[in-house]
Formats: sequence, C-alpha cells, structure tokens
Amino acid sequence: MSKRESFSCMVLDENLRLTLREVCVVCGVEETHVVKMVEEGIAEPVDPAAGGWEFSGIAVARIRTARRLQRDLHVNLAGAALALDLLDEIGRLGKLHE
Amino acid sequence: MKFRDYYEVMGVPRSASDDEIKRAYRRLARKYHPDVSKEPDAEDRFKEVGEAYEVLKDSEKRTAYDELGSRWKEGQEFSPPPQWDFHSQGDQDPRAFSDFFEQLFGQARGAQTSSVSRKGHNRQAEIAITLEEAFSGTTRSLSLEQVEYDKSGRPQRKQRQINVKIPAGVTEGRQIRLAGQGDPGINGGPSGDLFLRVRMMPHRHFKLDGKDVSLELPITPWEAALGTTVRVATLQGDVDLRIPKGSQSGQRLRLKGKGIPGEKPGAQQVILKIVTPAPETQAQEDLYRRMAEIMPMNPRLDNEEQL
Repeated sequence: MSKRESFSCMVLDENLRLTLREVCVVCGVEETHVVKMVEEGIAEPVDPAAGGWEFSGIAVARIRTARRLQRDLHVNLAGAALALDLLDEIGRLGKLHE
Repeated sequence: MKFRDYYEVMGVPRSASDDEIKRAYRRLARKYHPDVSKEPDAEDRFKEVGEAYEVLKDSEKRTAYDELGSRWKEGQEFSPPPQWDFHSQGDQDPRAFSDFFEQLFGQARGAQTSSVSRKGHNRQAEIAITLEEAFSGTTRSLSLEQVEYDKSGRPQRKQRQINVKIPAGVTEGRQIRLAGQGDPGINGGPSGDLFLRVRMMPHRHFKLDGKDVSLELPITPWEAALGTTVRVATLQGDVDLRIPKGSQSGQRLRLKGKGIPGEKPGAQQVILKIVTPAPETQAQEDLYRRMAEIMPMNPRLDNEEQL
C-alpha cells in the first residue's frame, strides 16, 4: 500500500491575497503578461493605486483561465477577455434560470 | 490496449489536408475546452482531441500512423507491430496522453540529452462536495494518476492516493490549488500543480446561490395571518423562526450568518409558501364561505388596473 500524504490547499476565493510575484508563480506567467491582462480588464488588483499590486483569488482564477484560453484556443488577450465576460454572463443567467 | 482512430476523433476523412485538420481541431477545442464547455465529459474529450491533433498535425507522426491506420478500427485490441520504431524529433509535449499514444510516439529522441529543466504540467480535476461539507470543511481522499519518467525517458503511469483538506466556505466554481501535486518536472524542474474545481452537489432541501442558502418553508394560512414561531432547519441545526403577523406567500425572511461561512458569511433565506387545505367536510366548506363573507378581498386588483 502506498502511504497517504495529507495536503492543505489554497482556495482561490475573494479572501485570498497574492502579490504580483505570487500570481506569476501560481499562473505560470511573466509579470509583463499580468500587466497586459490588467490593462485589458481581465483582472483587477485589489487596490490599483497601491504601490505593490495585490490580487484576490477571483482575479487569479481569471488570469489562469485567460492564460489557458490563450494557449489552447490561440485567442488573443481581447478575445480571452471577451470569453471570460461571456462566461460570467452565462453563469449569471444560469442562476436566474434555476 | 485499444486502437484509437484519430481521424474519427477529429471527425475528418483520412484524406484531410493540414488546413482541414487544423480547422477541425480549432472548432473541437472551442467546443470542449474545459474552461468554456458545459459538456459533461469536456475534459476527457478535450484531451482526446489534443492527442489526435498532436499526431495528425505532425507530418512525420501522421505518415507513421497512416501506415498502421487502415488495418485497425477504433476501440479494437491493438499492440504495436514488432518493427515499429518511431522516435519523435525534438521537444515533445509530455502531457498525459493515452497509453496508445505513449506506446507509439512516447519515445522522444533527444529527450535524455536535452538538459533544459522545466516545470511539470499542471493537472485539472473536478471535486464534487455536499453543502454540509462546504459548510464545515472536509478531508477528501483523491486518487491521482501521475506520469513519471524512467531512466530512458519513457513515461510511466502511477496511481497515488492523497488526502486533501478542504476548508469550510468553498462555493461553486471555486478553484483549489495543490502546489506540486501535478506532473513531475522535467530534468529536475519543479512539479506542476493540481487544480481542483469545486462542484456543489444538489441538496434535498437547501438551494445555493453563492454563499447564500435558501429554503422553502410551507406554512398554513392561519400561521401566515396570525403570526407564529416555527422550527426551521439551518446548516447549523434547527432554529426558532418568528413568522410575522400578516405574512404572504413568497415572502423572504433572512437569517443572517446562517449561510456558507467566510469572511463575509452568507445568509439563509427562508421563502414562505402558504399551503391552503382543501375543504373535506361540510363544516370546513362553510368556514371558507364565512371567511369570504367576513373578509372579502380582491387579490387581483393590481392585475385589473394594468389590463
């Protein structure tokens, strides 16, 4: 029998705060790429005016999804941003429909 | 090992041009991308399509595959012919493809000689949890299939069990990251991560909307009219809920802090549903008639004004 290891995990939710560097590690992207995504409106830092950016877990999940869409579907940043917004809208409509 | 018909997976004829294959791939990738698709088996289909494309887009692999191809059908029992000797050139994407793929194309020429270290691939999985588990947190045992590389660079599949502690307060669609639990790194690179996407299982009584839970509470007309106190189930156990005098069907009563916990905990919405008893005896029917006399009302007044 293999021995069982236990792991705690990081939940990408609204309470989580990650620095720009940490976001890059979690999402596997370069800092410049995150900056471009912020400019495109894909994710917003918690306080955009603050010196060192921090991101919520929700923003991190969006950055990750945008990255995957770019890589797997060959869409550009604007296309990924549009897809993310439409996915949010589908989620919202789905809830209304229940 | 089963034979996989990559042309069938991609829905293209064997004679398809490179452009046709590329178009088919793009279309299927959009349809089954796990971040976009609502198809139940999207993740698996996306992988299948990716694997088929990995072979058909590469003229060397496609030629080798075509030489086998016409003799087998999808799903047929298969083992590579003894003279099979395919070494793919250069940088091979070691994503977890099927055994069929690994047997045919898994041996990368130059993989051992390349010394570039790289982080392993991330893995994605879904985890279905109950409302009670979201409320109080839980520990889940997961079975992971992991690809490891032996000395000659051939991928090996291994099953591994891990326990994952899921904290209280997760909600639908949230992602959970387990650092270093994805595929192992290449040439000493760090392991990839495992991302779990939370799916909430439907509950027999409670409905879920983000961090709020809602519950339909049936009451009698006299309980609604006169007001009363009833026992109501919450995720934290039963509580006494005061129904105010003159309550109406569909009215929502809010129990603060009784939803999914968190920094901003959710609430429980109790939705009143007045259940009117059908008269079964003459006396009951007379009672309804007297009500109609003593307190006449027209609940459709608003509707008539609009007409």
